[in-house]
Amino acid sequence: MSAPPAAAGSAAAIAEPADATTLLPPRPGRLSRLLRMARQQPLGAMGALVLLVMAVFAVGAPYLAPFDPAEGDPTALYVPPNAKYWLGTDAFGRDTLSRLIWGARVSLMVGLGASLLGVVIGAAIGIVTGYHGGWADTVAQRVMDALLAFPMLLLALAMAAVLGPSLQNVIIALAMPIIPRAARIARSSVLVLKATPFIEAARATGCSDARILLRHVLPNTFAPLLVIATAYLGLAIVQEAALDYLGAGIQEPQASWGLMMSGAATALALTAPWIVIFPGIAICLTVLASNLLGDAIRDLLDPKLRRDYP
Amino acid sequence: MFGYVVQRLLSGLATLFLVALMVFVIMRVLPGDAAVMMTGAGAGAISDAELAEVRARLGLDQPLPVQFVAWSAEIARLNLGTSLYTGNPVIEDVAQRFPFTLQIVVMAMLIAVFLGIPAGVLSARFAGSWFDQILRALSIGGLAAPSFWVGLLLILGLVYFFQWSAPLFWEPFWVSPLQSLSQLIWPAIAVGLRQLALIARMTRSIMLEVLGEDYIRTARAKGLAEGAVVIRHGLRNALMPVVTLIGFEFSALFGGLIVTEAVFNVPGLGQYVVNAILNRDYPAAQGIVLILAGIVVIGNLTVDLLYGWLDPRTRVRTAKA
Repeated sequence: MSAPPAAAGSAAAIAEPADATTLLPPRPGRLSRLLRMARQQPLGAMGALVLLVMAVFAVGAPYLAPFDPAEGDPTALYVPPNAKYWLGTDAFGRDTLSRLIWGARVSLMVGLGASLLGVVIGAAIGIVTGYHGGWADTVAQRVMDALLAFPMLLLALAMAAVLGPSLQNVIIALAMPIIPRAARIARSSVLVLKATPFIEAARATGCSDARILLRHVLPNTFAPLLVIATAYLGLAIVQEAALDYLGAGIQEPQASWGLMMSGAATALALTAPWIVIFPGIAICLTVLASNLLGDAIRDLLDPKLRRDYP
Repeated sequence: MFGYVVQRLLSGLATLFLVALMVFVIMRVLPGDAAVMMTGAGAGAISDAELAEVRARLGLDQPLPVQFVAWSAEIARLNLGTSLYTGNPVIEDVAQRFPFTLQIVVMAMLIAVFLGIPAGVLSARFAGSWFDQILRALSIGGLAAPSFWVGLLLILGLVYFFQWSAPLFWEPFWVSPLQSLSQLIWPAIAVGLRQLALIARMTRSIMLEVLGEDYIRTARAKGLAEGAVVIRHGLRNALMPVVTLIGFEFSALFGGLIVTEAVFNVPGLGQYVVNAILNRDYPAAQGIVLILAGIVVIGNLTVDLLYGWLDPRTRVRTAKA
């Protein structure tokens, strides 16, 4: 693809003194770069778009939801989807659509919160102990191995039971199983980095360990960490729904996608299938979107696959 | 090789010890009192003296380190204690429930492997075809669908189309194999779908890589039949990462079953451990977490050993050799 004639780029080229760098094609503007990436990764762009729509629902829930998510209409129980209640109502006469919109808040907050918290803590542990090496590394490794031996959902369930049901605690509980996984990935990229000449050069010029970690190691582990953060975003959303389903997560009358499905079992299948179907579709869409975005980010960041983005 | 296995087993034991310590601490910080739970009465309904008596009987009045040492000593003798909730020895409860869980896991894995690998191979061999496109879309969707939702949809469909009703009695496999298979096939499909998607995707991407290798061109050039090229030369070399994935997913499945068992109301280990945690049933919860962690550790070790067997290049050389 040839360099697009971005106005900002050419202006910068004129303003700069005429040296060797001006002979390079002008750096395209931020927006045009973004659009180009979107064209090369149409699925990723679609994922980003879906997540954006979900975020709009989450933020604008009080304005967008047609009904109160907690307050039901006692005269309208199990109403099938119709012109008034687009996606039907549940056992308490609560509007499914409104609860879905409010549920987007919980799912996105938990998904983002848990994956960020888990990746940040895990990465910090992995980077510091991996760089330091020695006994700290050994101890950290053993503890991470033990955490990895817990089935993911079981660890989250136990933590949620310890902490008690609240949004904040669910985020912490779901971050727990992500920590050892992020630590492992961060550590392995630090071990590779440690052996590279530029880290050695940094040490030779007298950089402190803290400076090397922050300025040289961290930026270079950023790509794999970003990729796993997006991967765990989707997983955290699914597990949050599972915790709610089991009764260890968000509690009634709050609306969350997992909770919406939990009352409905075989008994409801014939009376009101919409109660089960729509929250699941919402989860699928969101997780699918975050997976697609994650794949696209991985492709964009992988130097072997990277096209011509600066 | 023997030295390597011993070393791995020892480090696995160390991991299990840490898991035991962690689950012990987690269970003790859980809000709620096992003694109160056990007497079945709400707090305040029984006298403090009675509570103290129950605590003393359960050993819960001892300092935590003493309790931990006592518990570890029992574990070392393979005694998991008595469930506070069911009143049975934990090992008996587990023995009763484990077959259901194991059967679902095995069935799910069989479904995933026997559909996933061929699908991935065909998808890679005919990359870009409509079959490939459909399969990729399905597998990416299968990864996004939570297994308990798939389970709920299955129940919905079964009830709607076949007037299915959830079994009241779940037959163990050795009592009536056919009935057991037909009962557990639905939860197995629900949890297996994700693994199926994962395996198909993984097989496809590795097969694509392998089919581009020089030795595949050589095999074609010397006139081998296409099937032999793809299976004998391609699949064999692509299988290893897939085996690793299967090994890891096998142990992950046990954990994933927790919700799916709740959806189908299967009396398996998953349901048992959820109830144990929520009921503050210390011995049961601790014991099962330890068992599940043990399965994960053994699973990982098996994968590593299988790896060496499948690919002689990765075999660990012991110091003496």
